[in-house]
Amino acid sequence: MNDITPAVDDGSTDDLAPGQRGAGQPGFAAGLRSYLIGLALAGGLTVAAFWAAQTHLIYGPAVSMALVTLGIAQMGIHLVFFLHITTAPDNTNNVLALAFGILIVFFIVSGSLWIMSNMNHMAVPMQEMMRMQP
Amino acid sequence: MSTSESALRLPSSSVALDLRAAPVLIRGEATGHGEGGPAPKRIVVGFGFWIFLLSDIVMFSAFFASYAVLGDATAGGPTAAQLFDLRNVQIETACLLLSSFCCGIASLAVEQRYQQLTQLALLVTGLLGLAFLALEVQEFAGLIARGAGPSRSAFLSSFFALVGCHGAHITAGLLWLGTMMAQFYAKGFRPDICRRYLCFSLFWHALDIIWVAIFTIVYLIGVRP
Repeated sequence: MNDITPAVDDGSTDDLAPGQRGAGQPGFAAGLRSYLIGLALAGGLTVAAFWAAQTHLIYGPAVSMALVTLGIAQMGIHLVFFLHITTAPDNTNNVLALAFGILIVFFIVSGSLWIMSNMNHMAVPMQEMMRMQP
Repeated sequence: MSTSESALRLPSSSVALDLRAAPVLIRGEATGHGEGGPAPKRIVVGFGFWIFLLSDIVMFSAFFASYAVLGDATAGGPTAAQLFDLRNVQIETACLLLSSFCCGIASLAVEQRYQQLTQLALLVTGLLGLAFLALEVQEFAGLIARGAGPSRSAFLSSFFALVGCHGAHITAGLLWLGTMMAQFYAKGFRPDICRRYLCFSLFWHALDIIWVAIFTIVYLIGVRP
Protein backbone atom coordinates (compact mmCIF):
# COMPACT_ATOMS: atom_id res chain seq x y z
CA MET A 1 0.00 0.00 0.00
CA ASN A 2 1.47 3.31 -1.07
CA ASP A 3 1.75 6.01 1.49
CA ILE A 4 -0.18 8.71 -0.29
CA THR A 5 -2.61 6.85 -2.55
CA PRO A 6 -6.27 7.04 -1.56
CA ALA A 7 -7.36 4.28 0.80
CA VAL A 8 -8.92 1.25 -0.85
CA ASP A 9 -12.67 1.04 -0.30
CA ASP A 10 -12.73 -2.43 1.21
CA GLY A 11 -15.02 -1.58 4.09
CA SER A 12 -12.10 -1.25 6.46
CA THR A 13 -12.12 1.50 9.06
CA ASP A 14 -8.50 2.53 8.71
CA ASP A 15 -7.89 6.15 9.58
CA LEU A 16 -6.87 8.72 7.01
CA ALA A 17 -3.99 11.09 7.52
CA PRO A 18 -5.00 14.76 7.34
CA GLY A 19 -4.72 15.92 3.74
CA GLN A 20 -5.13 12.40 2.42
CA ARG A 21 -7.98 11.88 -0.02
CA GLY A 22 -10.66 9.39 0.97
CA ALA A 23 -11.74 6.31 -0.93
CA GLY A 24 -14.81 7.97 -2.43
CA GLN A 25 -12.93 9.69 -5.26
CA PRO A 26 -10.11 7.55 -6.63
CA GLY A 27 -8.17 8.46 -9.75
CA PHE A 28 -6.79 11.64 -11.26
CA ALA A 29 -9.94 12.90 -13.01
CA ALA A 30 -12.20 12.65 -9.96
CA GLY A 31 -9.56 14.35 -7.82
CA LEU A 32 -9.14 17.12 -10.38
CA ARG A 33 -12.89 17.68 -10.47
CA SER A 34 -12.96 18.00 -6.68
CA TYR A 35 -10.12 20.55 -6.71
CA LEU A 36 -11.83 22.51 -9.52
CA ILE A 37 -15.07 22.65 -7.53
CA GLY A 38 -13.09 23.87 -4.53
CA LEU A 39 -11.31 26.51 -6.61
CA ALA A 40 -14.58 27.76 -8.10
CA LEU A 41 -16.31 27.99 -4.70
CA ALA A 42 -13.33 29.63 -2.98
CA GLY A 43 -12.88 32.07 -5.88
CA GLY A 44 -16.58 32.92 -5.82
CA LEU A 45 -16.50 33.60 -2.09
CA THR A 46 -13.38 35.76 -2.48
CA VAL A 47 -15.03 37.84 -5.21
CA ALA A 48 -18.17 38.12 -3.07
CA ALA A 49 -16.11 39.33 -0.09
CA PHE A 50 -14.30 42.02 -2.11
CA TRP A 51 -17.61 43.07 -3.64
CA ALA A 52 -19.34 43.24 -0.25
CA ALA A 53 -16.55 45.40 1.15
CA GLN A 54 -16.91 48.03 -1.57
CA THR A 55 -20.60 48.04 -2.41
CA HIS A 56 -23.21 50.43 -1.05
CA LEU A 57 -26.04 47.94 -1.52
CA ILE A 58 -25.52 46.36 1.91
CA TYR A 59 -26.56 48.15 5.10
CA GLY A 60 -23.28 49.66 6.34
CA PRO A 61 -23.00 48.28 9.90
CA ALA A 62 -23.85 44.77 8.62
CA VAL A 63 -20.94 44.59 6.17
CA SER A 64 -18.39 43.44 8.75
CA MET A 65 -20.58 40.55 9.79
CA ALA A 66 -21.14 39.64 6.12
CA LEU A 67 -17.36 39.65 5.54
CA VAL A 68 -16.70 37.44 8.57
CA THR A 69 -19.39 35.02 7.40
CA LEU A 70 -17.92 34.86 3.88
CA GLY A 71 -14.44 34.35 5.35
CA ILE A 72 -15.54 31.47 7.58
CA ALA A 73 -17.39 29.89 4.64
CA GLN A 74 -14.27 30.10 2.51
CA MET A 75 -12.14 28.52 5.24
CA GLY A 76 -14.66 25.65 5.33
CA ILE A 77 -14.37 25.24 1.55
CA HIS A 78 -10.58 25.10 1.85
CA LEU A 79 -10.76 22.52 4.64
CA VAL A 80 -13.12 20.26 2.71
CA PHE A 81 -11.84 20.51 -0.86
CA PHE A 82 -8.10 21.22 -0.36
CA LEU A 83 -7.31 19.59 2.99
CA HIS A 84 -9.89 16.76 2.58
CA ILE A 85 -11.16 17.05 6.14
CA THR A 86 -14.50 15.26 6.35
CA THR A 87 -16.86 14.11 9.08
CA ALA A 88 -16.38 10.45 8.15
CA PRO A 89 -15.27 8.01 10.89
CA ASP A 90 -11.81 7.72 9.32
CA ASN A 91 -11.27 11.42 10.05
CA THR A 92 -12.37 11.54 13.69
CA ASN A 93 -8.93 12.25 15.10
CA ASN A 94 -8.25 15.02 12.59
CA VAL A 95 -11.61 16.71 13.21
CA LEU A 96 -11.24 16.50 17.00
CA ALA A 97 -7.77 18.08 16.85
CA LEU A 98 -9.16 20.81 14.59
CA ALA A 99 -12.09 21.43 16.94
CA PHE A 100 -9.71 21.81 19.87
CA GLY A 101 -7.55 24.24 17.87
CA ILE A 102 -10.61 26.33 16.99
CA LEU A 103 -11.65 26.38 20.66
CA ILE A 104 -8.24 27.75 21.71
CA VAL A 105 -8.30 30.32 18.89
CA PHE A 106 -11.73 31.43 20.04
CA PHE A 107 -10.55 31.77 23.65
CA ILE A 108 -7.47 33.80 22.69
CA VAL A 109 -9.20 36.20 20.31
CA SER A 110 -12.46 36.76 22.20
CA GLY A 111 -10.71 36.78 25.58
CA SER A 112 -8.17 39.40 24.46
CA LEU A 113 -10.88 41.64 23.00
CA TRP A 114 -13.04 41.31 26.10
CA ILE A 115 -10.27 41.98 28.63
CA MET A 116 -8.74 44.86 26.67
CA SER A 117 -12.07 46.60 26.07
CA ASN A 118 -12.80 46.29 29.78
CA MET A 119 -9.41 47.77 30.65
CA ASN A 120 -9.91 50.63 28.20
CA HIS A 121 -13.26 51.28 29.79
CA MET A 122 -11.85 51.35 33.32
CA ALA A 123 -8.69 53.31 32.50
CA VAL A 124 -8.41 56.94 33.51
CA PRO A 125 -8.49 59.16 30.40
CA MET A 126 -5.25 60.91 29.51
CA GLN A 127 -6.46 64.51 30.24
CA GLU A 128 -7.72 63.40 33.64
CA MET A 129 -4.32 61.83 34.31
CA MET A 130 -2.54 65.10 33.42
CA ARG A 131 -4.74 67.13 35.77
CA MET A 132 -4.00 64.73 38.60
CA GLN A 133 -0.29 65.49 38.35
CA PRO A 134 0.85 67.85 41.15
CA MET B 1 -6.50 -18.26 5.57
CA SER B 2 -7.04 -22.02 5.85
CA THR B 3 -3.42 -22.86 5.12
CA SER B 4 -2.08 -20.48 7.71
CA GLU B 5 -4.62 -21.82 10.17
CA SER B 6 -3.46 -25.40 9.71
CA ALA B 7 0.17 -24.35 9.86
CA LEU B 8 -0.40 -22.81 13.23
CA ARG B 9 -1.97 -25.95 14.74
CA LEU B 10 0.26 -27.39 17.41
CA PRO B 11 1.61 -30.63 15.92
CA SER B 12 1.48 -33.03 18.88
CA SER B 13 -1.61 -31.79 20.62
CA SER B 14 -5.30 -31.55 20.10
CA VAL B 15 -5.33 -27.89 21.10
CA ALA B 16 -5.63 -25.59 18.07
CA LEU B 17 -5.22 -21.85 18.04
CA ASP B 18 -8.52 -20.19 17.31
CA LEU B 19 -7.48 -17.45 14.95
CA ARG B 20 -10.94 -15.91 14.81
CA ALA B 21 -10.54 -14.94 18.44
CA ALA B 22 -7.54 -12.79 17.57
CA PRO B 23 -8.27 -11.27 14.18
CA VAL B 24 -6.12 -8.27 14.92
CA LEU B 25 -2.93 -10.29 14.99
CA ILE B 26 -3.36 -11.39 11.39
CA ARG B 27 -3.92 -7.90 10.05
CA GLY B 28 -0.96 -6.53 8.20
CA GLU B 29 -1.58 -2.96 9.20
CA ALA B 30 -3.08 -1.32 12.24
CA THR B 31 -6.28 0.67 11.90
CA GLY B 32 -5.19 3.66 13.92
CA HIS B 33 -7.97 3.01 16.42
CA GLY B 34 -5.67 1.39 18.93
CA GLU B 35 -5.98 -2.13 17.51
CA GLY B 36 -3.02 -4.10 16.28
CA GLY B 37 -0.29 -1.84 17.55
CA PRO B 38 0.76 1.64 16.56
CA ALA B 39 -0.88 3.42 13.63
CA PRO B 40 0.91 3.27 10.25
CA LYS B 41 3.62 5.82 9.66
CA ARG B 42 1.51 7.77 7.17
CA ILE B 43 -1.01 8.48 9.97
CA VAL B 44 1.61 9.23 12.62
CA VAL B 45 3.49 11.67 10.39
CA GLY B 46 0.38 13.33 8.95
CA PHE B 47 -1.39 13.66 12.28
CA GLY B 48 1.72 14.94 14.04
CA PHE B 49 2.15 17.63 11.41
CA TRP B 50 -1.55 18.46 11.69
CA ILE B 51 -1.05 19.10 15.43
CA PHE B 52 1.91 21.37 14.61
CA LEU B 53 -0.21 23.30 12.09
CA LEU B 54 -2.99 23.78 14.63
CA SER B 55 -0.49 25.11 17.18
CA ASP B 56 0.84 27.41 14.46
CA ILE B 57 -2.71 28.65 13.89
CA VAL B 58 -3.08 29.23 17.64
CA MET B 59 0.09 31.36 17.46
CA PHE B 60 -1.40 33.33 14.55
CA SER B 61 -4.56 33.84 16.60
CA ALA B 62 -2.47 35.72 19.18
CA PHE B 63 -1.23 38.04 16.42
CA PHE B 64 -4.82 38.45 15.21
CA ALA B 65 -5.91 39.27 18.76
CA SER B 66 -3.21 41.92 19.13
CA TYR B 67 -4.19 43.43 15.77
CA ALA B 68 -7.85 43.48 16.80
CA VAL B 69 -6.97 45.17 20.09
CA LEU B 70 -4.52 47.70 18.61
CA GLY B 71 -6.30 48.37 15.30
CA ASP B 72 -7.49 51.81 16.44
CA ALA B 73 -4.26 52.82 18.21
CA THR B 74 -2.86 54.85 15.33
CA ALA B 75 -1.14 57.45 17.57
CA GLY B 76 -2.15 60.23 15.19
CA GLY B 77 -0.56 58.38 12.28
CA PRO B 78 -2.20 57.04 9.13
CA THR B 79 -5.17 54.67 9.46
CA ALA B 80 -5.83 51.42 7.60
CA ALA B 81 -8.24 53.15 5.21
CA GLN B 82 -5.53 55.65 4.21
CA LEU B 83 -2.80 53.05 3.73
CA PHE B 84 -4.15 49.88 2.16
CA ASP B 85 -4.67 49.37 -1.56
CA LEU B 86 -7.36 46.74 -2.09
CA ARG B 87 -6.35 46.27 -5.73
CA ASN B 88 -2.97 44.93 -4.59
CA VAL B 89 -4.64 42.66 -2.03
CA GLN B 90 -6.93 41.28 -4.74
CA ILE B 91 -3.97 40.21 -6.87
CA GLU B 92 -2.18 38.74 -3.83
CA THR B 93 -5.29 36.75 -2.94
CA ALA B 94 -5.67 35.43 -6.49
CA CYS B 95 -1.99 34.38 -6.54
CA LEU B 96 -2.25 32.47 -3.29
CA LEU B 97 -5.56 30.77 -4.13
CA LEU B 98 -4.26 29.60 -7.52
CA SER B 99 -1.02 28.50 -5.85
CA SER B 100 -3.01 26.39 -3.40
CA PHE B 101 -4.96 24.88 -6.30
CA CYS B 102 -1.74 24.00 -8.17
CA CYS B 103 -0.41 22.40 -4.99
CA GLY B 104 -3.54 20.20 -5.05
CA ILE B 105 -2.85 19.26 -8.69
CA ALA B 106 0.69 18.32 -7.63
CA SER B 107 -0.78 16.10 -4.89
CA LEU B 108 -2.83 14.26 -7.54
CA ALA B 109 0.25 13.91 -9.75
CA VAL B 110 2.23 12.48 -6.81
CA GLU B 111 -0.57 9.96 -6.18
CA GLN B 112 -0.34 8.84 -9.80
CA ARG B 113 3.49 8.98 -9.84
CA TYR B 114 3.58 11.43 -12.77
CA GLN B 115 7.07 12.93 -12.44
CA GLN B 116 6.75 15.65 -15.11
CA LEU B 117 3.32 16.83 -13.99
CA THR B 118 4.49 16.87 -10.37
CA GLN B 119 7.46 19.07 -11.26
CA LEU B 120 5.37 21.37 -13.46
CA ALA B 121 2.58 21.80 -10.90
CA LEU B 122 5.07 22.45 -8.10
CA LEU B 123 6.91 24.96 -10.29
CA VAL B 124 3.69 26.91 -10.95
CA THR B 125 2.82 26.67 -7.24
CA GLY B 126 6.20 28.15 -6.36
CA LEU B 127 6.07 30.91 -8.98
CA LEU B 128 2.63 32.03 -7.79
CA GLY B 129 3.89 31.98 -4.20
CA LEU B 130 6.90 34.03 -5.27
CA ALA B 131 4.61 36.54 -7.01
CA PHE B 132 2.60 36.85 -3.80
CA LEU B 133 5.75 37.41 -1.78
CA ALA B 134 7.05 40.03 -4.24
CA LEU B 135 3.77 41.97 -4.02
CA GLU B 136 3.88 41.84 -0.23
CA VAL B 137 7.49 43.02 -0.03
CA GLN B 138 6.62 45.83 -2.44
CA GLU B 139 3.68 46.83 -0.25
CA PHE B 140 5.82 46.80 2.90
CA ALA B 141 8.56 48.84 1.21
CA GLY B 142 5.97 51.37 0.03
CA LEU B 143 4.53 51.73 3.52
CA ILE B 144 7.95 52.20 5.11
CA ALA B 145 8.91 54.74 2.44
CA ARG B 146 5.77 56.74 3.30
CA GLY B 147 6.82 56.86 6.94
CA ALA B 148 4.29 54.21 7.94
CA GLY B 149 6.76 51.61 9.17
CA PRO B 150 6.26 49.25 12.11
CA SER B 151 7.57 51.85 14.58
CA ARG B 152 5.03 54.54 13.62
CA SER B 153 2.11 53.33 15.77
CA ALA B 154 0.84 50.31 17.71
CA PHE B 155 -1.59 49.66 14.86
CA LEU B 156 1.26 49.43 12.33
CA SER B 157 3.39 47.31 14.69
CA SER B 158 0.61 44.75 14.97
CA PHE B 159 -0.03 44.92 11.22
CA PHE B 160 3.60 44.26 10.29
CA ALA B 161 3.87 41.50 12.92
CA LEU B 162 0.78 39.66 11.68
CA VAL B 163 1.19 40.01 7.92
CA GLY B 164 4.98 39.72 8.15
CA CYS B 165 4.67 36.48 10.11
CA HIS B 166 2.48 35.07 7.32
CA GLY B 167 5.03 36.27 4.76
CA ALA B 168 7.82 34.56 6.70
CA HIS B 169 5.82 31.33 6.61
CA ILE B 170 5.38 31.69 2.85
CA THR B 171 9.14 32.20 2.46
CA ALA B 172 9.85 29.06 4.48
CA GLY B 173 7.22 27.23 2.43
CA LEU B 174 8.93 28.26 -0.82
CA LEU B 175 12.26 26.87 0.42
CA TRP B 176 10.50 23.63 1.40
CA LEU B 177 8.80 23.52 -2.02
CA GLY B 178 12.14 23.78 -3.81
CA THR B 179 13.48 20.99 -1.62
CA MET B 180 10.49 18.79 -2.48
CA MET B 181 11.00 19.35 -6.23
CA ALA B 182 14.65 18.39 -5.92
CA GLN B 183 13.88 15.32 -3.81
CA PHE B 184 11.14 14.06 -6.15
CA TYR B 185 13.58 14.51 -9.02
CA ALA B 186 16.57 12.88 -7.35
CA LYS B 187 14.97 10.21 -5.16
CA GLY B 188 11.70 9.50 -6.94
CA PHE B 189 8.39 8.74 -5.26
CA ARG B 190 9.81 6.99 -2.22
CA PRO B 191 7.31 6.53 0.65
CA ASP B 192 9.22 8.85 2.98
CA ILE B 193 9.40 11.58 0.32
CA CYS B 194 5.67 11.19 -0.33
CA ARG B 195 4.94 11.55 3.39
CA ARG B 196 7.08 14.69 3.44
CA TYR B 197 5.09 16.02 0.50
CA LEU B 198 1.82 15.30 2.32
CA CYS B 199 3.08 17.54 5.16
CA PHE B 200 4.13 20.24 2.69
CA SER B 201 0.71 20.29 1.03
CA LEU B 202 -0.96 20.59 4.45
CA PHE B 203 1.37 23.50 5.27
CA TRP B 204 0.69 25.31 2.00
CA HIS B 205 -3.09 24.91 2.16
CA ALA B 206 -3.12 26.03 5.82
CA LEU B 207 -1.21 29.20 4.87
CA ASP B 208 -3.93 29.98 2.34
CA ILE B 209 -6.57 29.55 5.07
CA ILE B 210 -4.66 32.01 7.27
CA TRP B 211 -4.48 34.45 4.35
CA VAL B 212 -8.29 34.27 4.06
CA ALA B 213 -8.50 35.46 7.67
CA ILE B 214 -5.90 38.19 6.99
CA PHE B 215 -7.55 39.67 3.91
CA THR B 216 -10.94 39.56 5.61
CA ILE B 217 -10.00 41.07 8.97
CA VAL B 218 -6.95 43.23 8.22
CA TYR B 219 -7.74 44.54 4.77
CA LEU B 220 -11.47 44.33 4.01
CA ILE B 221 -12.78 45.11 7.49
CA GLY B 222 -9.76 47.30 8.30
CA VAL B 223 -10.37 49.83 5.51
CA ARG B 224 -14.04 50.29 6.42
CA PRO B 225 -14.74 53.73 7.92
